[in-house]
Amino acid sequence: MARVNYFLTEEQEMIVDLARRIATEKIIPVRAALDETGDFPWVIMKELAQSDLFGVFIPEEYGGIGGGCFETCLAVENLAYGCVGVTTTFAASALGGYPILLFGTDEQKACYLPDIASGRRLAAFGLTESSAGSDAAGIQTTAVEDGDSWVLNGTKQWITSGGEADIYTIIAMTDRHKGPRGATAFIVEKGDPGFSFGKKENKMGIRASSTRELVFQDCRISKNRMLGKRGGGFILAMRTLDLARPGIGAIGVGLAQAALDEAVRYAKERVQFGQPIISFQAVQHMLADMATEIEAARALVYAVARTIDSGARDFSKLSAMAKLFPTDMAMKVTTDSVQILGGYGYMKDYPVEKMMRDAKILQIYEGTNQIQRNVIGQALNKEYSVN
Amino acid sequence: MRIIVCVKQVPDAKTVRFDREKGTIIRDGMDAVINPFDLHAIEAALQLREKAGGTVTVISMGPPQADSALREAIAMGADAGVLLSDRAFAGADTLATTYTLWKAIEKLGGCDVVFCGKQAVDGDTAQVGPGLAVRLGIPSITCVNAIELAEGPRFRVTRMCDEGREVVEVETPVLFTVLTTLNTPRLPSLKGKMRAKKTHIPVWGAGDIAADPGRVGFAGSPTKVVSTHVPTFNARREILTGTPDEQVNALIVHLKEAGILS
Ligand SMILES: Cc1cc2nc3c(=O)[nH]c(=O)nc-3n(C[C@H](O)[C@H](O)[C@H](O)COP(=O)(O)OP(=O)(O)OC[C@H]3O[C@@H](n4cnc5c(N)ncnc54)[C@H](O)[C@@H]3O)c2cc1C
Repeated sequence: MARVNYFLTEEQEMIVDLARRIATEKIIPVRAALDETGDFPWVIMKELAQSDLFGVFIPEEYGGIGGGCFETCLAVENLAYGCVGVTTTFAASALGGYPILLFGTDEQKACYLPDIASGRRLAAFGLTESSAGSDAAGIQTTAVEDGDSWVLNGTKQWITSGGEADIYTIIAMTDRHKGPRGATAFIVEKGDPGFSFGKKENKMGIRASSTRELVFQDCRISKNRMLGKRGGGFILAMRTLDLARPGIGAIGVGLAQAALDEAVRYAKERVQFGQPIISFQAVQHMLADMATEIEAARALVYAVARTIDSGARDFSKLSAMAKLFPTDMAMKVTTDSVQILGGYGYMKDYPVEKMMRDAKILQIYEGTNQIQRNVIGQALNKEYSVN
Repeated sequence: MRIIVCVKQVPDAKTVRFDREKGTIIRDGMDAVINPFDLHAIEAALQLREKAGGTVTVISMGPPQADSALREAIAMGADAGVLLSDRAFAGADTLATTYTLWKAIEKLGGCDVVFCGKQAVDGDTAQVGPGLAVRLGIPSITCVNAIELAEGPRFRVTRMCDEGREVVEVETPVLFTVLTTLNTPRLPSLKGKMRAKKTHIPVWGAGDIAADPGRVGFAGSPTKVVSTHVPTFNARREILTGTPDEQVNALIVHLKEAGILS
């Protein structure tokens, strides 16, 4: 049967094949155990490092593959087919790496990007604090200039791969009186004096991903660790998230596809009232909606990612759409998948209850879906005011 | 270190179907893969190269399509591949195969270590590795389960035999045939796949390796397959249910009925 032709290049097909193969052969066999124990998936991270996938968005001169947002989406979509927890760990390294790629000096790029590309070191992105989530401008962590160094104080909360990653992009206030223009980004490394890790969270889903506090107590780093311009911290964070959000949408697509595959397979086998439940129109219609919405979400993600890679500017609205629709879709599709499996779907013997728990985070992190709607709405307001 | 891996492309056991009348494999719709044992041979070669340096060259005798098996090996990290493909090679038994592989290795200028899978899952002879070692005039260590590299270079190798384990030490040049328990084959990498796509894989025929036409393929094969048949399974199948105790009791009744227990 025909499949939608997204006209992938040979290299893009290779990314799809390889990521799907890693998902099938390396991730799926261990995902239930990782979900149970919450152990950090180092073995799979090594596998991913060996596969060159960590370098998918990094230029060749820094040891990467030289792909863009679209190639990254293809990679995470197909990894997420296996496990969103593992994929979140993978994607977090890109989220920590993007600011260096976008705003780093030549020295900073040469110092960090090759290690991120090869997977030798994981990266992370630290913006959120206990009293600053959606309202990122409320962050309290400070960075103060002292001679040749910056001194950081404060606590970041819920940082993906905290404690496991080696390279952290941190947003801190340098000039509070300047408001949102008073934040600056820094690169902090595991092992820097005064940098430690706090509580590790016990989560509903994506349990293979580690979410932890970062604690800065007179953490002293050298001047050359400032990333981008002084006062450019929030712009850096927003540009980073704009680039990363279609990837979260892509994770939703991969997850939903896995949930659909489970649901259809089950519906063909499960017999009630003397017939496979797929013969009931009510079940068929649910499956039909799931399949249709997945394809629509995939098409949206791919189109936006390609638009970004073509050099578009000012694409916050598009990237918010590419996160919003696919992740709401993934929540619905995984919930319906559990419904189609009935009581079996609710049991941990089947993978769909984990998929439903994992789906929820996609509507929350990298900006809640309410915030995505705000971004889209504000953009519309602006767009329609220009005559 | 010059390392050579011999690989064979075989039907994928997952997709293979049989023609019961003719007693042959239906090639239509069948996928071809690298012989599973050979994946472990490739992995062993790559690990050895990581420790000792050198090059890994993969060779395969087979039809033109076997090119894809060599590209897969290169995607995993092998440096080069050579395809031995010639109508004259068709119908080779293990004697003719080892002759052909030997001539190819001679043309490559010899080697320090050869890795083969213990056996190919289609032919199941386990003869090609040892046979090739005889032709090369080097020792063969079969059924390898662990390899340690020491100075020399010497290898400390564990073999799995029917009676137990055997640990042997050997120097290069040497040929190993490996078990699937030796290691976990790596997946290809993206850069490997890209390189594999671009790499030129030479195709050598009988003339290129200066082979005696009477010793290759069907002409050089004393083994003649007289007939093949597909076994049929007509075993009855019954799933016992109930508590473990009930299942055990039911099983004992069945075994007594079948005269296996008295
Ligand atoms: C597992 C996990 C991993 C994470 N990883 C990272 C990471 O690596 N790095 C990082 O910096 N952060 C990370 N975060 C933080 C994440 O980005 C925030 O949780 C998210 O931005 C929302 O902030 P909040 O949880 O404080 O919710 P709040 O901002 O308190 O929001 C609560 C509710 O109010 C709604 N709301 C808030 N403001 C508005 C508004 N203006 N209009 C409409 N509705 C609104 C929200 O949509 C939400 O429904 C992670 C979070 C989790 C749970």
